[in-house]
Amino acid sequence: MENMIKQKIKQVKKGDRSAFEDVVSFYQNKVYHICFRMIGNAYEAEDLAQEAFIRAYTNIHTFDERRKFSTWLYRIATNLTIDRIRKRKPDYYLDAEVKGTEGLDMYSQLAADQALPEEEVESLELQSYIHKEILALPPKYRGVIVLRYLDELSLQEISEVLDIPVGTVKTRVHRGREALRKRLRHV
Amino acid sequence: MTCNNEAVTLMHKYLDGELKKEEERKLRDHLQNCPACQHHFHELKRSITLVQNAGPVQAPANFTSNVMDNLPKEKKRKNYKRWFHQHPFLTSAAVFFILMFSGIFSAWNQDQQVTVSKQENLVIQDNTVIVPEGVTVNGDLVVRNGDLKIEGKIDGDITLINGDMVHEDDPNPLEGEKYQAYVSGEVNEVNQIFEWMWYHTKNLFQGVFSFGDDE
Ligand SMILES: [Zn+2]
Repeated sequence: MENMIKQKIKQVKKGDRSAFEDVVSFYQNKVYHICFRMIGNAYEAEDLAQEAFIRAYTNIHTFDERRKFSTWLYRIATNLTIDRIRKRKPDYYLDAEVKGTEGLDMYSQLAADQALPEEEVESLELQSYIHKEILALPPKYRGVIVLRYLDELSLQEISEVLDIPVGTVKTRVHRGREALRKRLRHV
Repeated sequence: MTCNNEAVTLMHKYLDGELKKEEERKLRDHLQNCPACQHHFHELKRSITLVQNAGPVQAPANFTSNVMDNLPKEKKRKNYKRWFHQHPFLTSAAVFFILMFSGIFSAWNQDQQVTVSKQENLVIQDNTVIVPEGVTVNGDLVVRNGDLKIEGKIDGDITLINGDMVHEDDPNPLEGEKYQAYVSGEVNEVNQIFEWMWYHTKNLFQGVFSFGDDE
């Protein structure tokens, strides 16, 4: 797949617009997803994701083909989104307290499979609740958590996307997980 | 082992897949004897699972076609800029070469007369080359030090050196659709000395490297 994309990028650089269409259709869900989880609403996410692809297209000559295209693309998308988050006022409603359930089962083992029953995670109500909890994270933790757990990027890749040292990524993932743990312990 | 510092740090290292064998044993031993850390670890893993299952999100329908519709229109005459970006070393080497061996600077200043690559049926009037109505130029046309006015048709590329397109109806003819109808090929405008050098470089190198096709 990486090779197919490489070929398409070469064609785009030569001025082949239609090759870019294939690139967009291949990455649209991933880019939209990153924007959506970070910004929180579908309307702005679409706007940001679209802008990210347009910027990628107009700046395609600055893309170094020895590197991974997805990393470069995600970087454009996250930069745009972080910028947008900075410019707007914080959403206080997200911090609203939600009644928690007590009596979590205490069972835990190092190697135990922690998967939840499918009915539970598939519930849309729960999904939207989690979505809000992710959004309630401070943006710098939100970014790494989204890239790490929703897009399954490695720590190294996240460091390249966000242009921060791997050590900083680790610290943010660590703090982001602790913040999530506190927010989701009652779910 | 202290719970808040050491044990929790090891938990995060575990979650990042960076726990060494010995650390793993240390963590396991601690968890077996410390309900608080057990609980903490369980909550961490559970919140990750919850986040991972936040549900798939798909781009809206028509996303790709919306992006394609909103891409800026590529202007043919801008392509050389892209070439400069991609081959900065080759470009400066080529420009240097040209400056050294062809004395272009003086040529630029001295060579002010209107010239046109094809004279047949064309009219030259006050520094303007006119392709009269009903006349079709077959092949490429190069106009130097003069403007170009097309009333007829050009079946090929146009290169304007130190000149502009003239069109009576449309103030910005290069963008107009009507204009496109007259010319079947590319339009290159060369107005600056740098561009002019590039134009010469390109022509000079074209034969040697098949340069134009490559980019
Ligand atoms: Zn402990």
